[in-house]
Parts: sequence; C-alpha cells; structure tokens
Amino acid sequence: METKKTSLYQLHKDSNAKFVEFAGYQMPIQYSEGIVEEHKFTRNHSGIFDVSHMGQLFIYGGEDLIKDLEKIFPLNLKNLKLNHSKYSFLMDKDAGIHDDLIITKINEGFLIILNAACKDNDFKILKELLNEKHKMVLDVNRSLIAIQGPKSSQILNEIVDGVKNLNFMSGNWFLFENQKVYITRSGYTGEDGFEISIPNNFADKLTRELINKGSKLVGLGARDTLRLEAGLCLYGHDLDKDKTPVEANLKWAISKERISKGDFIGSDIIIKQLTDGVSKIRVGIKPEGRIIAREKTKIFNQSDVLIGEITSGTFGPSVNGPVAMGYVENEFSKKNTKVFLEVRGKKHAASICSLPFYKKSYVKGANQ
Amino acid sequence: MSEVKYSKEHEWIKLEGEVATIGITKHATEMLGDIVFAELPEKGSSVEKDGTAGVVESTKAASDVYTPVSGEIVDTNQAIVDDPSKINQDPENSAWFFKLKIKDPSEMDTLMNKDDYDKFAKETSA
Repeated sequence: METKKTSLYQLHKDSNAKFVEFAGYQMPIQYSEGIVEEHKFTRNHSGIFDVSHMGQLFIYGGEDLIKDLEKIFPLNLKNLKLNHSKYSFLMDKDAGIHDDLIITKINEGFLIILNAACKDNDFKILKELLNEKHKMVLDVNRSLIAIQGPKSSQILNEIVDGVKNLNFMSGNWFLFENQKVYITRSGYTGEDGFEISIPNNFADKLTRELINKGSKLVGLGARDTLRLEAGLCLYGHDLDKDKTPVEANLKWAISKERISKGDFIGSDIIIKQLTDGVSKIRVGIKPEGRIIAREKTKIFNQSDVLIGEITSGTFGPSVNGPVAMGYVENEFSKKNTKVFLEVRGKKHAASICSLPFYKKSYVKGANQ
Repeated sequence: MSEVKYSKEHEWIKLEGEVATIGITKHATEMLGDIVFAELPEKGSSVEKDGTAGVVESTKAASDVYTPVSGEIVDTNQAIVDDPSKINQDPENSAWFFKLKIKDPSEMDTLMNKDDYDKFAKETSA
C-alpha cells in the first residue's frame, strides 16, 4: 500500500522535515531544530502539529443516535452540551480498549476524533454496532491542525477572531477564508491549545499564517515527549485491547451515572474491576539518574521479582530527565514505591510517581 | 601530527603514541538528533575492535557506540555523561567518548581517512 500524504506534506518538505512512516502516512518526526527545541518551543510559545492522519468521524442523528452511542461509550451523552467534548474509548465486551478518542456534540450529531492507526477499524466496528442506522462519514476532505502552547490563543485569535473565548474541551464553527472550520480548545501536550478541523485545500494557508504570526511546526517526536510529560496515553503503547480503562487508570473518564446503570459494552468488566480492584494498573515511573527506560523495559520489585513492564519511556526535555509510564501489579502501584528497571542487562533504581510529570496549564475559563 | 581515522559505524579515532581518543562523528550526531543520554565503558576494561563500548540515546531511540580498535580503556569523558547535549555541540573535539591504550596499531589501517569517510557518509545517508 502506498504511503499517504497529508495536505501539509509540501510545507513539511519546505520546512526540512525528517519524515517517518506512521499509520500509513508520511509524517514529520522532526524539523531542523530538533525534538528538544520543538518541545521547549511548544511549552514556552506555540507549536503547530499536523494531525491530519487522525480520523474525523462525523455521525449524524438525533435522540436515537444519543441512545445508540450510549450503548457503546461510557458517557452521559444526553447531558453533553452542544459543542462540548469528552475523552472516551471504544471498548469490546471485555472492556479491552480498541481506541481512545475525543467525542464532541455538534449541531447535527457528533464529531469523533480517532487515532490514525485505528480509524478504519473503528469505523467498521461502529458501523456494525449502529446497524448502519445513522449516517457516518470518516471525512478525508478535512485536515486536522493542532496549535499548542501558551501563545496559541493569542496567535490563532489574530487569524480566527473569537477562538480565545472558547473554554477547555469545547468548540465551535468559525470561518477562515469563508470556509467552515471547527475549532476545539483541546490538545494532547499538557498545554493550552486548539485543534482545527479545516477543508484540505485551506490547511496549508492556515498553517503558513500561523507560522507568520510566530508559531513553529513541531513533529511527532516532540508530540510524543510532550504527551508523555503530560502523563497522557498513546494508543498501541500505553493502551491496547488487553487493557481496560480501569487498568489504564482512566476511570475518571467513565460516567458514574452510566456505571450505576451498567448498560454499555464492557460495563460488566468495568463494574467488576471497580468493585474488586485490578491486578495491574498504569503508573508514572521516574528513573533515578539519567537512564532512559523505553517501552518493554521490565520492572522488578525490591525482591527482584518481575512486577510489570514500561509502555512508554523517553527523556523529558521540560523535566530535564527521564520519564516513563507502565503497568505494575496493583500492590506496587503506590506513589514512591521503589522499583528496578532492567536496561541493557543492568537493574536501575526508579520510583512510582504521580502523573503528570509536567504540570499542565489548560485554560478553564474564557478570555484568557 | 596524528591523522584522524573513521569507522563505518561513524566513530572517529585519533592515535597519539599508543593512546587513541575515540568519539562519534558530526554526521552520526546529525542522524541521531538531540542526544540526551550517554553511557561510557568502565576505566580499566578491555574492549575488542567493533565491540560495543557505550551507548548514546536521543529522545527517539538508543544506539550502541562501537570501538573501532581493541585496547584497554584508560580514560572516559564524564562531561558528556553530565551534559549529553555537548555531543551535538562539539562531537569531533571536546565531546570525545573515551581514550584507550591500543593493542594492535595495525587495526588503524582498516579504517577510513576523512575523504573516504565523507564519501561513505554521503552515500549511506542518501
């Protein structure tokens, strides 16, 4: 299969991107300044991320659709206000996570942002579950551009007036060059920021305008270090079919009201795990010193017994040290528990820590 | 003046008397990206030609560092362990990795000179 290119491919090339194949797309891993600079620029100023490879699934329908989607997602969708977003997951009957996603209530139905590597399979699963009752469009005519960092609001507002009034995890339709763009105040870096759904033909123009206002392109490499510092999960690494939201320590994202009713796919397991506890759970892990423990690194307790595995690990440029997440047996998941990480045959001391590694600064109220 | 030689694994080596100083090339650092971790061999340990003699890690991945010649490690550069970004800044000079007492000087003959290495680096990265 030929690798796909996003609408910003030429701009990435012009900006000296190093490309990598990701989920079937040619994506920029970094630009000339490198991952550390791009990461810091996002934290201190504003970074632009091409996330057009992600799926933008529009599902149209009314009351019926809400009922049908509530059988799938552990959310209180009937109380979700227009233009408000929630983080959720697509689970199987064993509560295994097939994808994590952001779902937003829009006028005609819902917009769901899906991971690139999962989107086609998600579409198939959802189509089957919804019995083709509702119109579903996995829109390939729109790009998705994220702008993240403390200066994002000011910069984007100069181009699209009014975005600065959006609250965190909410969105709205705006106009750019007379084109309808849907902008949400959200992101995956631990910074204030926005995601812009825009017709493909206008993605390049918008991005170049953001660059002209002082923002810079940031690649997938820094996106990974940013999200890991922010304690956010990456599907296929920290989340997969063999892990449930309770094990992933994401129970905050499950509606309490929906748990009490227990009428969604996977609810039996979720309720059981919430009642009886889980045997493994996702935790933050801080290695002592500078050693980097990457994905698949084995975790041992103080008696040298294997208790888990790292699922994401890198060097955090803002933390200025190594950071990691992984799953450990529940009894070793308490903060400050001493553990050992096996890297290149040697055991290195580390401790369980709370997430995030880097304190987030999301904007809660408007006009900031 | 001693000539600097280069290996196919992108190390440089400068032999002065019987002590060789070894580091990674600028080209290597450009391929690796921002280096955020470095591990060096222990002083007094013996290393074999083309064997691993350290590790560098970028934010993305870990890569082994190989020794282009055999010998006994007589010194290591703690400065690059404390601040690995020095490797990106000055790889072929102050950010050397280790010094070793060379076992067999004829191993130097198997390595490339600057022109050959530059050509090799250009061809392999194309």
